[in-house]
Amino acid sequence: MIQAKEYVRPSSLEEAYQLCRRRSSVVAGGMMWLKMENIQKQTIIDLSGLGLAGIEEDEEQFRIGAMTTLRMLETHPGLNQEFDGIFRECTRHIVGVQFRNGATVGGSIYGRFGFSDILTCLLALDAYVELYYGGVMPLAQFAAIPRSITERNILVRILIKKDGRRAAYRTVRRASTDFPLLACCVAKKGGQWQISLGARPQRAKAVVISENEESCGAEGWEEQEAIRIAKEGVKAFSFGSNLRGSGEYRRVLAELLIRRLARQLQGQGEAGSGMGSGREQSKNGTMTESDQSRKEDNRR
Amino acid sequence: MKIQFQLNGKPVQAEIQPDTILLDLVRKMGCKSVKRGCETSNCGLCTVWMDEKPVLSCSVLAARAEGRRITTLEGLEKEAQEAGRYLAEEGGEQCGFCSPGFLMNVLAMERELDSPDEEEIKEYLAGNLCRCSGYMSQLRAVKRYLNRRKEG
Ligand SMILES: Cc1cc2nc3c(=O)[nH]c(=O)nc-3n(C[C@H](O)[C@H](O)[C@H](O)COP(=O)(O)OP(=O)(O)OC[C@H]3O[C@@H](n4cnc5c(N)ncnc54)[C@H](O)[C@@H]3O)c2cc1C
Ligand code: FES
Ligand code: FES
Repeated sequence: MIQAKEYVRPSSLEEAYQLCRRRSSVVAGGMMWLKMENIQKQTIIDLSGLGLAGIEEDEEQFRIGAMTTLRMLETHPGLNQEFDGIFRECTRHIVGVQFRNGATVGGSIYGRFGFSDILTCLLALDAYVELYYGGVMPLAQFAAIPRSITERNILVRILIKKDGRRAAYRTVRRASTDFPLLACCVAKKGGQWQISLGARPQRAKAVVISENEESCGAEGWEEQEAIRIAKEGVKAFSFGSNLRGSGEYRRVLAELLIRRLARQLQGQGEAGSGMGSGREQSKNGTMTESDQSRKEDNRR
Repeated sequence: MKIQFQLNGKPVQAEIQPDTILLDLVRKMGCKSVKRGCETSNCGLCTVWMDEKPVLSCSVLAARAEGRRITTLEGLEKEAQEAGRYLAEEGGEQCGFCSPGFLMNVLAMERELDSPDEEEIKEYLAGNLCRCSGYMSQLRAVKRYLNRRKEG
């Protein structure tokens, strides 16, 4: 249990930042993770008085305040419309509705947990983070920095450009609300595929693979292309073992997930598919292992 | 430090420590329906509403209740009794330890979702663990409760 002698709810980011520079303080997002840590601090800095819980949308981008809850991402019509329902898909298996009404996007990204569904999803969208000290930087860059170096800063917002990309998301879990055994997000923009894999079990990262234009149009080329992308894709990642599964198992699953998500995106075409497809995808979006082996059996 | 908030519709004041957890505060204030079933934000037994949204009171600082509306099962007596009756009839209440948190989430779901189907019900209630029932009796009870007007 976390213990503290003082509670402060700053009314400006500058105040929050000055307080958080002290080693004896700790920043509280949704508290879901923090409350399990056995730490004693002088001051808890509560960011809930800064108006950072909300999603702003304009023609060009989404600006997501750090205190926006996972449930707000899950149920936001604009975000899910723009990105084919992946925000619903990447949040809906995280513990439960009550949990997601508490956990924040800021805490999720700042924590840079290896198992993070949110990090996996946002990396495929080329999102940016806005830090109080240091300004805006690509999420991929932020995610690669060890926590100790970025300590003592405030994550203010996540920014996502509306660049017309399509995206699809899937995880494999041992039980529906457990941590993911593997998380996969695939996006397509013009002739570029972007593949993000998390829970390998290492932190998520993303790679870009160019479409093979020459193959375009020949019979069965889409399936061939999806197979190629999946094979190329997994080569760019390392996979490790933990209690949930072995590295080899993860590698096999990763190839399968990438292929399926690529097929799904090819099916949708390039533009506007909206909420409808998002919902459909999410109704059967996550495979549990038994589903998966059943599906494989059906093929044989 | 002192905070003011609404507890089950009534304005209240409380003296708390900076690190007091909401669950411990509401229990101290007499709302004994709120239970702690885990140490890992995972079981849903501690569910209360904050401004009508279900949250895990074991993971919320009491200081965050300042100015907010907190609702526990004690504040929803009539509804809770009615939903609880279906739970008992279907055998969904064994040791009963999980029931208050479960009912709080069922009642929140009823307010938030419009005629949810079975998949939607399961998804909404997935964060409420029960060691006894195996969930089938709970699911039957929830479906009957949501359809009670048709059932007559
Ligand atoms: C039981 C359990 C199961 C989970 N399962 C999953 C899962 O399946 N998939 C998944 O993706 N995630 C999962 N998570 C992680 C969860 O979704 C959140 O990412 C996590 O709880 C952190 O978010 P929070 O808002 O609670 O942050 P907190 O616990 O408040 O903070 C986490 C860390 O980030 C810092 N911090 C928070 N906000 C900021 C900010 N704005 N600026 C700077 N620093 C900040 C805090 O100081 C702390 O170090 C799980 C967590 C728990 C406890
Ligand atoms: S006591 Fe288990 S989730 Fe709160
Ligand atoms: S009835 Fe015993 S835990 Fe649910």
